[in-house]
Amino acid sequence: MKSLKIIIALVVVASLASCNNKRKPQVQYMPDMYVSVPYDANGVTSAGNVPVDRVPVAGTVSRNGVVAYDIADTNEGYEKAKAELKSPLAKNEINLEKGKELYGIYCATCHGAKGDGNGTLAKRDKFNGIPNYKDRDITDGSIYHVIMYGKNLMGSHASQLNHKERWQVVQYVEKLKSELK
Amino acid sequence: MKSVKHHSKLTQRLLQSFVFLLVLSLSFSAHSQDVDEARQKEGKKLFKSLCASCHKLNKKLVGPALGGVEEKRTNEWLKAWIRDNAALRASGDKDAIAIYEEYKQSNMTAFPQLNDKQIDDILYYTTVGEIGKVADPNQTLSTTPKDAAPKWLIYILAAAIVVAFLIIGSLLKTISELKGAPKTPGLMGQASELWQGIKQNTFLHVLTVIFGALIAAYVLFGTLFKVGVDEGYQPIQPIAFSHKIHAGDNKIDCQYCHSAAKHSKHSGIPSVNVCMNCHKNISEVADDTKVVMDDHTLTKKDLDKEIAKIYEAAGWDAEKLEYTGNTKPVKWVRVHNLPDFAYFNHSQHVTVGGIKCQKCHGPVEEMEEVYQYSPLTMGWCIDCHKETKVDLKGNEYYAKIHEELAKKYGVDQVTIAQLGGKECGKCHY
Repeated sequence: MKSLKIIIALVVVASLASCNNKRKPQVQYMPDMYVSVPYDANGVTSAGNVPVDRVPVAGTVSRNGVVAYDIADTNEGYEKAKAELKSPLAKNEINLEKGKELYGIYCATCHGAKGDGNGTLAKRDKFNGIPNYKDRDITDGSIYHVIMYGKNLMGSHASQLNHKERWQVVQYVEKLKSELK
Repeated sequence: MKSVKHHSKLTQRLLQSFVFLLVLSLSFSAHSQDVDEARQKEGKKLFKSLCASCHKLNKKLVGPALGGVEEKRTNEWLKAWIRDNAALRASGDKDAIAIYEEYKQSNMTAFPQLNDKQIDDILYYTTVGEIGKVADPNQTLSTTPKDAAPKWLIYILAAAIVVAFLIIGSLLKTISELKGAPKTPGLMGQASELWQGIKQNTFLHVLTVIFGALIAAYVLFGTLFKVGVDEGYQPIQPIAFSHKIHAGDNKIDCQYCHSAAKHSKHSGIPSVNVCMNCHKNISEVADDTKVVMDDHTLTKKDLDKEIAKIYEAAGWDAEKLEYTGNTKPVKWVRVHNLPDFAYFNHSQHVTVGGIKCQKCHGPVEEMEEVYQYSPLTMGWCIDCHKETKVDLKGNEYYAKIHEELAKKYGVDQVTIAQLGGKECGKCHY
């Protein structure tokens, strides 16, 4: 009888102590209200044991209507974009301001706040040989093309920026290039 | 006599090996003196600024590894290639066309601005490589920090000390008893006498009941208030990703990886293509990188394996530098998880509200392992909504309603709560 009491006491203490395990989530009251039937956007797997987050089917167009980019990721495509592609955005302060903000997030870590190729990652020797914009022969179209597909060591940033944002960044990069001279 | 003989033999051996080592080190230093450091330095500077975005000395990158390239090609050919490789290819040079095809027709930038000396300096650097970078393996071994004594050892020592005192105490008692001192009742005897006294005291009974009830209430409410509140939750992730290194040391913006936060309800877990934007180049960490987790420390050896996990997930062949197409999802464990009956939208807070990520997520840039910083309870949301004033700048469209609401509440600037940020239906529907 006495040993039973001790066992019960131990179990209670152990369960209280396990509440403080930071590796495990806490107990939920009515878990079916916490986690409803639909899949979470960041959930692990859905029906058929396939991941929830997947690459959209080829040719998928978002409801907002993403403008198609049909210039190929080749040397010829690069030259074509460089020569022909023009920005659909008006050159104004709002776009430039937004472009500056986005450049700060997505580009400046490598290319530097001034576009001289001297960002934090270059300073810390993680990436070397990042060109100064003034040394490169770039146009609106070629900048957009490189954001879409990447070039050499730079990867594609198409998944992080949408169509309009890319052009805003292009506008800001052009401004930086003109200031570097 | 014999031992002396042995001794002198030993000294002789030691002297011999010492002389040998001396000669060896001298020959090494003599070797490094051969290198023209000024030229090497100049070449390295040029290489780093112009070539290193596509070439490494010992490893294939976008282009071939350049260490010892002078042995493979003639100086004239290299100069022609570096100045204008397209022209060299157009002239029908077989080697040039072959290398162009081998590297998937990636165009190398032409460098017509380089003069002969500069190119020679770069080539000199590719031949001699780094100076003094030949690491002494003994040195790296000796610098590995010796961890402090493990925790359990301290506990065992403390227990041993306590036991020792108890033994000494009982020994002293036995000795004094043997010497003829009156036999005192043992510890147990004293305790049982005290217990009899307590049992008969009504005041103490009442006090005990009240005290017990208070403790029980404290434990009960403490437990209940923790139900569904995951503050401090720090799950073990499949890849030992350190936010401290990425967001803290390297100052990569939160939204570089969590790029969905600006447009979407969710901040988004980056897909591996975002990791690969940098890790295509960075396949190993710097030599002195260390990640101190809660219960263990990861060094370069472990961390390089963690980077290899990204390559496995992305289907990246680090040897051939190409994607195999054989991808595998990374099963990150979600840290912040609001219950589904509460609506929260990141874009509303990040883009419209302009709130810093750290306001809710805490100093993530200092966390080696991410944990939930805020309680994410309703009271916590409401508190912030009550305090935060709406930024009216550039919000002319709503100027009229803001003005009227401010007049209604008699304030200069309305808070989120006064704008309806406390309505039930705002977050629960």
